[in-house]
Amino acid sequence: MASTKKRNVSSAKTTERSIKIAKLDLDSKVDDILESRKHANDVFDILEGLQSEREKSVISAVNACSRLFCSLLERKELFMGKLPGEDEVLSGGYSAEEKYQIFMRHRYNSSVEMLLEHLSLGHPEVYESALCCLMKFAAAEGQHPLEDLDWTEHYSFPRHLIQAVVDRLLSKTRDNSLQISRFQEFLEMEDIRYYAMSFIRESVGRVMDKNKGAGMLLYQRNVFTIMSNISVPSQESELTNFMVKQEAKHEDWKAAKLLEHKRAFERMWLGFLKYKLPNSMYKKVLVILHDSILPHMSKPTLMIDFLTAAYEVGGAISLLALNGLFVLIHQHNLDYPDFYRKLYNLLEPSVFYVKYRARFFHLTNIFLSSSHLPVYLVAAFAKRLARLALTVPPTALLIVLPFLYNLIRRHPSCRVLIHRPSAGDEPLEDPYLMDEEDPAQCRALESSLWEIKTLQKHYHPDVAKAAMLINTPLSEKEDDIDAVLEITTFEMMERDLNQTQIKSVPLEFETATQLLKGGGDVLGQNFSLD
Amino acid sequence: MGKVPKKRSLADKVRKTKTSAEIKNNPFEVKINRKKFEVLGRKSKHDVGLPGVSRSKANNKRKETLLKEYKLKNKSSKLIDRRFGEYDTNMAPEDKILKRFAMERQRAHDKKDVYNLNEEEELTHYGQSLAEMEKFNDIGNSDDESEEKGLLSADRLPLRRRGGLLRKKSSGDQQQEEEGSHRAKSRQELIEELIQKSKQEKRERQVQKEESQELTEQLDKEWKSIQALMVKKTPKSESADQPEEKPKPEEYDKMVRELVFEMKAQPSERLKTPEEIAREAREKLQKLEADRLRRMMGEEAVDSTQSQTHMSADDLNDGFILDKEDQKTLSYQVREEKCFISEEEGDEEEEDGEGSSEEEEDEEDGHSDLESEQESEDEEHNKEDEVISTKPSLSKEELKAQQEAAKAELPYTFAVPEVYGDLQNLLDGHTPDNKRIILARTQKCNHPSLAVGNKLKLQKLFGFLLKYFGEMTNLSPPDLTTVDKLIPELYTLCQMFPDEACKSLQNIFGDAACCIEKVLDCTGQPDLPKLDMLVYLKVTALLFPTSDFRHPVTTPALLYISLNLTKVPVRSLQDVTKCLVLCCLAVEYFSFSKRFMPELINFLVGMLQLAVQDKTSLGYTMVPPFRPSGKCSELLVLSDSGSSKSWSKKRLQLSATERLELNTDLDRDHHRLTCLSVTLDLLKRCCLLYKDLLSFNHIFQPVRTLLSKHLSAQTLPEPVQELHREILELISGAPVTRSPLVLEKKKPIPLKLLTPKIVEVLDYGKKRGSSREEREKEKLKHKYKKEFKGALREIRKDSRFLAREKLNEVMNRDAERKRKVKELFGSLATQEGEWKALKRRKKK
Repeated sequence: MASTKKRNVSSAKTTERSIKIAKLDLDSKVDDILESRKHANDVFDILEGLQSEREKSVISAVNACSRLFCSLLERKELFMGKLPGEDEVLSGGYSAEEKYQIFMRHRYNSSVEMLLEHLSLGHPEVYESALCCLMKFAAAEGQHPLEDLDWTEHYSFPRHLIQAVVDRLLSKTRDNSLQISRFQEFLEMEDIRYYAMSFIRESVGRVMDKNKGAGMLLYQRNVFTIMSNISVPSQESELTNFMVKQEAKHEDWKAAKLLEHKRAFERMWLGFLKYKLPNSMYKKVLVILHDSILPHMSKPTLMIDFLTAAYEVGGAISLLALNGLFVLIHQHNLDYPDFYRKLYNLLEPSVFYVKYRARFFHLTNIFLSSSHLPVYLVAAFAKRLARLALTVPPTALLIVLPFLYNLIRRHPSCRVLIHRPSAGDEPLEDPYLMDEEDPAQCRALESSLWEIKTLQKHYHPDVAKAAMLINTPLSEKEDDIDAVLEITTFEMMERDLNQTQIKSVPLEFETATQLLKGGGDVLGQNFSLD
Repeated sequence: MGKVPKKRSLADKVRKTKTSAEIKNNPFEVKINRKKFEVLGRKSKHDVGLPGVSRSKANNKRKETLLKEYKLKNKSSKLIDRRFGEYDTNMAPEDKILKRFAMERQRAHDKKDVYNLNEEEELTHYGQSLAEMEKFNDIGNSDDESEEKGLLSADRLPLRRRGGLLRKKSSGDQQQEEEGSHRAKSRQELIEELIQKSKQEKRERQVQKEESQELTEQLDKEWKSIQALMVKKTPKSESADQPEEKPKPEEYDKMVRELVFEMKAQPSERLKTPEEIAREAREKLQKLEADRLRRMMGEEAVDSTQSQTHMSADDLNDGFILDKEDQKTLSYQVREEKCFISEEEGDEEEEDGEGSSEEEEDEEDGHSDLESEQESEDEEHNKEDEVISTKPSLSKEELKAQQEAAKAELPYTFAVPEVYGDLQNLLDGHTPDNKRIILARTQKCNHPSLAVGNKLKLQKLFGFLLKYFGEMTNLSPPDLTTVDKLIPELYTLCQMFPDEACKSLQNIFGDAACCIEKVLDCTGQPDLPKLDMLVYLKVTALLFPTSDFRHPVTTPALLYISLNLTKVPVRSLQDVTKCLVLCCLAVEYFSFSKRFMPELINFLVGMLQLAVQDKTSLGYTMVPPFRPSGKCSELLVLSDSGSSKSWSKKRLQLSATERLELNTDLDRDHHRLTCLSVTLDLLKRCCLLYKDLLSFNHIFQPVRTLLSKHLSAQTLPEPVQELHREILELISGAPVTRSPLVLEKKKPIPLKLLTPKIVEVLDYGKKRGSSREEREKEKLKHKYKKEFKGALREIRKDSRFLAREKLNEVMNRDAERKRKVKELFGSLATQEGEWKALKRRKKK
């Protein structure tokens, strides 16, 4: 193309104009090609535009491509069936018409190749238009399939094209999250989603097996991104949005059945989780597991292995696995031996510092809300929480203390923890064994919650007040924990800062003379001004 | 007579003969009134009635009254029996007769006496004849009459009263005459006469008095007119004759008056002895301390520290109140400030306990001199110059001279900066001391009591000053001396405007915490606060009580420290230093209240872990912000264990939190060791603070394991080793056992005491609640009804009685007539019989 060759035009204005001209040029060329076959060779100019390095020209070329090939597909001017090589065309006995079709089909294939290339590498606008173009091709192919088959027996769907797109999106070397999020809108369509899910599964299996599951962080991230965006509708009647309408036997099409969707979804996830995941990925999966994976699976119980394995890992991953386990236990009759023992061992100081603190305590609260739990277990939990309360910040204490009180309220026999009048006054050492892993052996019931008594001297008034509650018999009504689960230190500060009716601010009466004086002189003894 | 009355009268007769007891015991006479229910404690008179008795009584009564009246009806005259005791039924007839006889005799005797003049019985009183006495009295009366009214009336009256006495009439004519005149006047007349007499006397006396008053008045008037003449005349004559005589009486008067009005040694307020002053100061401090304790316990303050707010800018808090502040010139204030400084120095030395006692005494002496001098000056002269004021402080003349020279450059009045830039301009380029003086003068010139707008202006100054502090500390190198010097000014400002101070510091902490939270939400790696925040935290501790249960400033400040100790990762030695400052501040905050801060212990444990090389076998999970691995996990591990030998303990610089220049490994190691020693020092303090906590052992368990197993003392220098040992001793020395928890004993709720409500019921069965008049009316109505019924009943009985009597009468009359007719018929029959017999005889 004349104008595109003059790339070194310095002025931006001229480039813009030249692009406009080029666009007009391309449009006219497309028209020419569609008009008469003698302009067929102009298609090379268009393909050349696809390879250009400038985004605008690429985009215009992509647009031209999409217009050209879509109309060609509609006119059925592309070769159908098994495509012979270009060399064979010359030798083989094809008619001119066929030759033209084969030629065009080859151009079409190469344009698809180039578009796929752009999909993974390009500029946002470029990959967006490339993706759109590809999906247009896919839609057109669905209508006018290129394979030469008996369409009464087969379902027409541009499998190859979609698979190519999916494979390209699941790059091993690049983070394709942006492209994937763009692709997500096409996943709304039932048939694309259905096929994409099976392609993803195939791809994962292929890639992971080849690499022995090692060092595929980017790939896994891409896979996770695309998978986490897939959600299966909850009812069969919602399956209405198809890209390709099957003329015959639409009802029997797998892509039109919800159960098949769910199966595909399930296979995809299981295939993905089969391989070793990095910790961050693990956490991400577990976070969305309970509300965006389990409900869409046909047999959620298949996740048991994965979840129990995760629960065994310990630390934050175990905390997150709790949620999925809870769903399984609660809705799918999972019987998990030693569940409470493991839950007990999850209680570590770090629990109070992790991001998922609120979720953990919410679930633990639910797990311990049963009134059929043995007393020793509840007492063990209470005592352990109390012991941990000696190391945690006030925000966590505001959760722990009401939590403890609720435990004691639900299990009145745990009252001995705060009220043991029979023991007399002889002092004793704390019999509780912090290091014991079995809650049945830790002797929590013989102990008392001295820790809470200690916390009555806590510096924050709200905490101290909450701890004071054990001095008197607890009220009947349970405290609402959910309100404090998400509280932050700043919110606690605001309680004091926003007090509007301050009567009079108490002042220090010892006259301040120097910066480092006062308050026991701790700072002054360890630090100097200069 | 009819049968019934006859019977009744017969029954009455029988009854009368019987004694009352007999009647009462007779069951036929007694009618028992049935009671519906027994009322305890009520005695009823009417449970037993004697109808027979009462009927006969009523009948008798009627006979005596009604019947008689009836009989006398339509009669123009009636017979009244005036015989003695005729109608007295109580008297026995014999008595009556006897009495009558006696009276008859007496009357006869009296009559006889009129004519029997010789036989006279003299009545005497105290051996004197009463008749004589009466005579004498009469004479005396005539004399005393006008003088004594009391006697008069007393003498007049007895005559009549004594008349009642049994007395023989005197035989004298005079007396008889008198008696006759007395007799002529009736009693009424006598009394009237008496009254008239007394009134007349009264009037007479009044008139006399008026007359004498008039006379005196007149005399006065006359005298006045004469006196005026005399007064006019005297000065002329006196001035002419004796000019020196005039001042004399005046002087004398003056003296007298002075003596009169002289203060009679009023009890003045005694000067307080030093001991008393000390005691008062101590009492005041005790009160404040008690306030602090109460707030620490979280009780609501009633009106604490109200008095604090009115302190003047330069109040030394020693109870010394300067009254005549306004009269002083500025030079005084400068000098006073000097006193302030010198005293401060004294204070410091006292606190440190290092200054030599001699110096201290000197200074104190000088100060007291100054004070006394000042007071005397106040009294004697209101305006005095700087020159004089410098005189007394001879001992420190050189120093003073220097200060004077320095101050001479500064103007004495300053406008309060309106914007922050003004303050900068005001303070820039001065030495820290001068800055302080400038601020002090600014405050004094613009004291709220001097003008209306000053309060608002000074309020702003606090915020500016805080900002200035921040700016000073953010310089490199930080200008902390200025901050240090300006602290007292900030303190006074804070005492003046607590609300403003509270608000500005709250804003600072709120913004800083908000900042950290935001960063945490986004990236999760916030930075530790800069030095200015550390200074603000320290300033907060200086200005506000840190021991309060809840305080609008210190509680957020503590939360801010907590936030930094839990959420912000420690990435460098500089961060370590900063965090140590934070920990120091936290320990200072709790030094009095001994409150428990879990984050602080966690953090200090984390610091110790930074010094441990091998973290795999710690046996204690590291708590954020520390991580068990990574490049920042071994910040305090010495690069060369030999460097501990050359280390000596010295204080860290505050500026090291911002800029740490450690070029060699040795320097770095030394810094590490210092940090470690500070950490251990803080841990020791924490041990001491928290040793009373119930869970002391569990709180310090990690410290113990770390120190005893992982951080061996051998490699550490001597002072650190000592700290190490002390901490371990403290931890192991704490009691392990404690008694199990028991709920607080509740006070048993006492039974409800139901004391009866007592309502006084005055009349049973009556409507209550109406007004008094209505009740009265009701009562009267009721009474009227009762009386009316009773009267009706009586009237009916009366009429029945009368009818009966009438019937009796008629029947009697009829019976009489019948008897008469019968008689007549009988006589006629006998006549007839006689006549017939005669006839028969004649016939025969």
